[in-house]
This record gives sequence, structure tokens and C-alpha cells, in this order.
Amino acid sequence: MQYQIKHMKQSALFIAFLLTCFLAQAQVKISGAVKDNRGKKVISASITLKDTYDGATSDSSGNYTFTTTEKGNHILVASAIGYKTVEQTITIANEPLTINFSIKEEINELKAVTVTAGSFAAGDSKRAVTVLNSIDVATVGGGNADITSAIKTLPGAQQVGEQEGLFVRGGAGYETKQFIDGTLVNNPYFSSVPDIASRGRFSPFLFKGTVFSAGGYSALYGQALSSAVILESIDLPEKTAANASISPLFAGAGYQYLNKQKTASYGIDYGYVNVAAYFSLVKQTPDYFKMPQFHNGDANFRFKTKNGGMVKYYTTFGTGNLGIRRPDVDSSVLKDAFSLKNYNWYNNLSWRENLGNGWKMNLGSSFSTNKDKLSQQLQNQNNQPQHFGDDKFWMQYKNFNLDRLEDLSQIKAVFDKKLGNLNAIRFGGEYWHSLNKTTIYDTMYKLIDNYEALFAEGDIYITNNLAAKLGARFEHSSILGKVNLAPRVSLAYKVGNSGSISAAYGIFYQKPENQQLMYTRNLGYTRADHYILNYQKMTEGRIFRVEAFYKKYLDLVKTVPVNYYYTTANNSGSGYAKGIELFWRDKKSFKNLDYWFSYSYLDTKRDYLNYPIQLQPNFAAKHTASLVVKRFITEWKTGIGLTYSFATGRPYYNLRYDGALKPYLIADQGKTKNYNNLGVSIYYVPQAGNTNAKTNVVLFGSVTNVLGYNAVYGYNYSYDGLHKEAITPPAKRFYFIGAFFSWGVNRSEDAINNNL
Amino acid sequence: MKPLILSIVMLVSITAFSQSDKYTQAMQKDLAMLDAAKTAADLNAAAAAFERVGDAEKTQWLPYYWAALAKVRVGWIDKSVDKDKLAAEVKALCAKGEAINDNAEFASIRNMAATQQMLVNPQERWQTYGQEAAAALQKGMQLDANNPRLYYLQGMSVFNTPEQFGGGKEKAKPIFQKAVDLYKVEEKKPLYPTWGADLADSMLAKCQ
Repeated sequence: MQYQIKHMKQSALFIAFLLTCFLAQAQVKISGAVKDNRGKKVISASITLKDTYDGATSDSSGNYTFTTTEKGNHILVASAIGYKTVEQTITIANEPLTINFSIKEEINELKAVTVTAGSFAAGDSKRAVTVLNSIDVATVGGGNADITSAIKTLPGAQQVGEQEGLFVRGGAGYETKQFIDGTLVNNPYFSSVPDIASRGRFSPFLFKGTVFSAGGYSALYGQALSSAVILESIDLPEKTAANASISPLFAGAGYQYLNKQKTASYGIDYGYVNVAAYFSLVKQTPDYFKMPQFHNGDANFRFKTKNGGMVKYYTTFGTGNLGIRRPDVDSSVLKDAFSLKNYNWYNNLSWRENLGNGWKMNLGSSFSTNKDKLSQQLQNQNNQPQHFGDDKFWMQYKNFNLDRLEDLSQIKAVFDKKLGNLNAIRFGGEYWHSLNKTTIYDTMYKLIDNYEALFAEGDIYITNNLAAKLGARFEHSSILGKVNLAPRVSLAYKVGNSGSISAAYGIFYQKPENQQLMYTRNLGYTRADHYILNYQKMTEGRIFRVEAFYKKYLDLVKTVPVNYYYTTANNSGSGYAKGIELFWRDKKSFKNLDYWFSYSYLDTKRDYLNYPIQLQPNFAAKHTASLVVKRFITEWKTGIGLTYSFATGRPYYNLRYDGALKPYLIADQGKTKNYNNLGVSIYYVPQAGNTNAKTNVVLFGSVTNVLGYNAVYGYNYSYDGLHKEAITPPAKRFYFIGAFFSWGVNRSEDAINNNL
Repeated sequence: MKPLILSIVMLVSITAFSQSDKYTQAMQKDLAMLDAAKTAADLNAAAAAFERVGDAEKTQWLPYYWAALAKVRVGWIDKSVDKDKLAAEVKALCAKGEAINDNAEFASIRNMAATQQMLVNPQERWQTYGQEAAAALQKGMQLDANNPRLYYLQGMSVFNTPEQFGGGKEKAKPIFQKAVDLYKVEEKKPLYPTWGADLADSMLAKCQ
């Protein structure tokens, strides 16, 4: 018993001791202030005594305080979003402690400034200044889902309607190049007939990201004097789906398969365009003796690799055929009958891979071949061929057959290494092999070029607020037998919470065009130096930017006539372009309404081709503006897009050969009237928002030039210069209606409903 | 001998009790703090307190759950907060908890975080974040087909979707009804989430 009591006592004592220990632990107060490395208070920083529950959150003055019963050596941790975590070893005795923290701002993607000079990034990339995504491209009023039409509503691009291509900041259409997954696209547009612009070959829905650079673009790209359109193709489709489309103009069908693990996909599409029915309803000015017809097929496969990389292949094949007859400018009775047959095959294979340790690799390759068979015939009123002798060679030259083959094979490798704090280096090289065969008047011109480029670029983040991008590109072209070195520099500085100032400088080189190299190989690179200064302010739903630029053109190609029949070329051309551009997009101020406004002022002159002196080129307007308004009316499940474009008149010239001494003179010149265009698109989506719909339908309709303005793009002159003919669109308006269907099942919604 | 055994038992249970008691007390204190929270700063402080408990315990998922819930609530009351940044924090807390115990409660929080991201611009973000929110619910229901909070959240999503887009009162009603039924039979465990019953009741009333 005693024994037991003793033990009881002992146990009780022991328990009492334990409890006292527990209760008697003195609480010690720990407090202090949290500041950043510049001495600014940090609010809502979390202070934790490591491996205990004890800690606090800093208040609105950056101060914290808490009590703890812990004793001895401990680690006190301060952490806050956007800052590097800091630890301090402290010794807790019985006295209150004051521990202050100085924490350093972390350079992070969301906060850090980005270089915005020159480029309009679009798409879903977090870092990009999202301006246009694929839905935006598809719904630009009157744009008919053409990437180029949508880009024309951004500042820097001209409203040129008589030729395809983007005419950017005083640059000609061929000075803008398109790149898909890193490699150049040789024939981004359907082959066209003179004075009528054609569409781009690629649907906006193929791409998840689009960057329109109006100048100062990265050293990773080259051979574009003015501008680069950088397109990044989508990875895997969202689901397995079949689709079909029908319109008076075309019919198409396709299928996309995505495997269950969502790691691989393939797809195939076919489309047929025939405008005969449409042209019989909507009268066209030219006489189409062969109705435009196109067959287009494409196929793709894509799969994820083990390490989170991606392999993508895309191919598209198309044929086109058309014949068009228009009055001849030199005669009141004759007609020019122009016909075109085109075959195009484009292939792109790319591989993106994480190599570990911060290294990334991007391999791209592409092969394209494009064949055009063009012919023109002078015809009389009965459509009989007409021929002329040497005394009327300018007439006889209008009878021609031209066969053209353009092959381009490319391979490109880019390696990217992250160095921490967002700093990165990027380098790589590319090789292009191009073959161009042109047969005209039974003479074959064959051009083969082997082009190599090496490039390197570094992203340097000095702080979250100041960043620089330094790059250089080294190029060699075998056909020119010359090398060049193109430096590119850009800087960005953050102003306030949402604003930034950027500047960019770069030298850009481009090979002369094939039709110039056909006559002489004794040419060098054409060159443009870009200087850009930009301010941008971006808040949720709103973007404002203003950009000023100066461009200097050097070594532009000039045609040098040897006699009436023969010309050669040299690099003695020059020029400049300067201007200021504004952009404002607002999705926030008005509910369900999204609009943007662009304005470009351009002052440019160039002495190139057959210009006798520096002249404002015939594709450049001084003032260009666009207003795009879009609204989706939920109750009607209908979207409406309006686009109004305006440009002041463009100059036109009659440049005449005037003998060997004074080659060309300006026989006549003038300025076209102002250009106005209001385009409207309406689309109806009956299943909008219904994820269970097995069939999704979009009904789409659009009209260009609703107000019926008579556009004049320029003038063609007769040989004697006495008569000029306005270049106008083939019809006043272009109407489009179509129905698009897709069948696919969203399995996630099914699963939820099965649980009910 | 008995008292000795008794005292040993007492001793053991006291030490054990003091261990779990410390956790329970801290959690109860923090839950009280979360209950009293009125401002975004209060909610952030509660989230940090829960996270500290989670980091110290290392094997408990509930502190991370409550930390994530406190954080996601910031998104409902603070209109100006960057929803993408907030969602990244919420999802990071979920990931910490899911590494310990992946369950339906985290799915409900992921649903809310993605929904908040979608609401920034429903027309543009519906495709991405709307699907992410739906996928979170789907995963949650696979883990626990009888979690009432998942049905409450699904009901809210349907309720707030315009009728012409397949939502509305009529469609939401059976879902809220199911949530209410499930709340009635839900086993209530201390420190575990039980919220939502009153919310589901009032939403069901709105659907009548």
C-alpha cells in the first residue's frame, strides 16, 4: 500500500512537474519590422518561427509581433509574395526580442518589365501584351478571318488593297516576312493576279500566338527589312472533333483526334472553293473566263515527349486555277486575258524539348514548294489572241507565259538557357536552301541560294524595373557571296505600376528579290536601321501605347535600264521613314463591348527601283486610322463586329524611261482620294455556352465596304502616258455567308452530370 | 499495481494529449481567427497562421485546406486583387495539402480559384478557366461522390450561368437539392470543413 502511495505521490509529482513545465514556460515577445532592400515597408509578409506554430503577419506599417513559449536556438523566417525568403537564427531566452528583416524583391515574370518597343504580341502567352487572339482575328468586322486583315487594324500597317502583304512603316509588302514556329514561310499568300490582293493561306485558328513586330524585332529572325509576323502554332487540340463548313463560296470537312491521355493528336482537313455561284449573283468588274477554284488539304500530327517537350508536324497542299479578262490600258478595244495555275505544298516539322538544368531546345524545319503557271494574252473583242511586231514591243510584251518554281528548305536550331532572375541566353543557327526557277519567253533563270545565319541574344534583368535585350545576327548568302552582321538592342524601363518605356535599335538586312537577282548577281543586301521609342500603359482590360520611330534605308535595289528592252540593278537606293503611332484598346469601360483604335502618321520617302529621286512610295499614306468595335449580345447569342478604316490618299506616278542618260522621269503624278471602308461581321452561335452540345454551329456573315465608297488604289498608265486607268477592287463589296459545324463531346461535363 | 498502470496510462495520455492538444488548440484558435476575419488582411493573416501550423506539422492536410480556403475567400471580397496571382497562391497551398491527402475538399477550393480567374473576363476565359473549374469538380466527385460542397459549388456555377447558355434556376435547383440532402447526412468532425449547409438552403429557396 505504502509502496503504491509512494508511487502515486511520485507519479503525481511527476505529472505536476510536467504540468508546471508546461504552464510555467514564460512567453517571450518577438517583434520587428519588415522592409525591402530599399527601405520600403512590406505589408502582409509572413513571419514564422520555423517548425512551430508561432508567427505573425506584418501589418499595414510593416510591423509584426507575436509571443512564443519556445526557448533556445530557432530559425525565424520572413516570406512575402514577390520577395526572396529570408531566414535568421535567433536565440530565445527570457527577454523580448526585436528582429528586423530586410527582404529582397524577387525578379519575377508577372512583375518584371517587358520590352514592348516595336512589337504587338498577341495570343495566350502570359507575358505577352495580348492584343489579338485567334477569336479576335476571326471576328474583326469585314476581316473574314484573315490574319493580315486583322493586323491591318493595328498601327504601322497600311491599307493597301491592290496587293497582298503587309506594308509596314514605309516598307513594301515583300519587306514583311511571316514565320511559323521559327521558320520562314516562303509563300504565305495565295498566288494573285495583278491589282487584286489575295488572302493568306493560314487560318488564324492554327495559331495560339501571333506577334506582329512593326520593327526592331529579335535577332532570332532575319531577312525582313521592315517587319516580322511571328506565328506560334497550337499544341494539342482541346478535344476530338469533326467539323464541316458550307457556304456559297466553299465547302469543307475535317477531323481532329485527341487520344485519351491527351498526349497525342492528329487531324486532317479538306476544302474546296468555287466562286462561280457567287460571281453570278454579285457582279464583278473583271470578266472571269476561268472561275476561281481552289482545292486545299491539310494534315497534322502532334505529340508530347517524355520530358514535357512537343513534336508538331503540319502540312498543307493547295491548287488554284483562275482566268481573268480586263480592258487593256493601251487600247479601247483590246483586253488582257490573264490566267493563273498554282500548286503549293508546305510542310513544317518542329520539336521543342526541355533538356534539363534550365536548357531548352527548339528545332524547326520546313520545306515548301510553290509552282505558278502564269500567262497573259492580248485579245480582241471576240477573245481572239492578238500579236504585235517589234514596232509595238510594249504591246507584244503583254503576251507572255511565265512558269515559276520556288522551293525552300530550312532547318533552324535555337538553344535557350535560363540563368535565374529571368536572365537568359539564347543562341542558334539556321540554314536555308532555296531554289528558284523562272521560265519566261523560253528563257530559264535558275537561282540557287544557300543561306546560313548564326544568332545570339541575351535577356538581362537588372531589376524588376529595368531590362535589356542584346542580340546579334551573322548572315551569309551564297548567291550574293557576302556576309553581314546585324546588331539588335532593346531596353525597357518600368514607370509606375502599369506603364513602361522601351527603346529599340537594330540593323536589318534583306536579300534582293529573285526577279532582281535574275538580271544581275552583282547585288548586295538591302539594309534598314530602326530606331524606336515606345511608351505603353497596360491595366486590366485596357492598353494604351504610343510609339515613335525613325528608319533609315540604305542600299535599296535600283533598276538601271540598259535600253528599252533590258534592265539591270544595283544597290544605290536609299530612303527614310519616320512617324508616330497610337493604339488604344478598351474592353472594360462598356459592358460586353470591346473596341480598339489605331492611328499612324507616316512620313517616308525612298529612292528605289525606277524612282528618279526620293519619292513618297505609292503604297504609303500619310495618315491611317482604324476603329474596331465588337460586341457579343448574350441574349441573342450573336456577335457583331464593325471595322472602320481610313487612310489619306496615296501618291501615284507615271515613271517613264527617257533614254540612257537620264533613265526615268516623272511624266505624271498625283494623289488618290482618301480611302474609307466600313466592314461588318455578324456571327450567330446557337449553342453558345452549352458545353453539352453534341453539335456546335456558327453562322457567319460579313460585308466589306458597307457604305459603298468607291475605292481607288492607284492608276495604271498607258504606254504613251496619255491615258490612265484607276485600280479598283473587282467589286464594290464582298459578301460572305457560311455555316460552320463541329461535333465533339466534352467528357468532363458528362462525368459531372452522371453523378447527379 | 493498478494505480501505477493508471498513472502510466495517465502520463502517456497526457503527453499524447498535450501533443494533439497543442495542434487542436492552435487550429481552433486559427479557426476562430478565420471566423472573425472581415477584411482581406484578416483573411491573409489567418491563411498565414494555418500555413505555419501545416508547415510545422508536416503530416496534417487540414491546416493547408483552411489556409487555402482563407486565401480563396480573399478573391470573393477583394475586387482589386490580381485573381491570377491569388489563384497561384491558392493552388500552391492546395498542392501542399494534396501531397499529404488528396481529397474532394481541395477540389472544391481549386474550383473556386479557377472560377474567380474565369470571372475576370468570362467571355474570353470561359474556355480555359471555366473548363479548369469544371474539371476540378469532376475530380472531386470521383474522390468523393457525396461531398455536399462540390454540389453546392456546381449549383452556384449553373445558377450564375445565363439560361440561354444552359444555366439558370431550373437547372440549378436539383443540384442544390442534392447538396442540401447531402449536408443533412454529412458526418461532422471537429476541425473538418462543414461549411455551406446554410448557403445551400438559401440558394435552394431562391430557386423555388
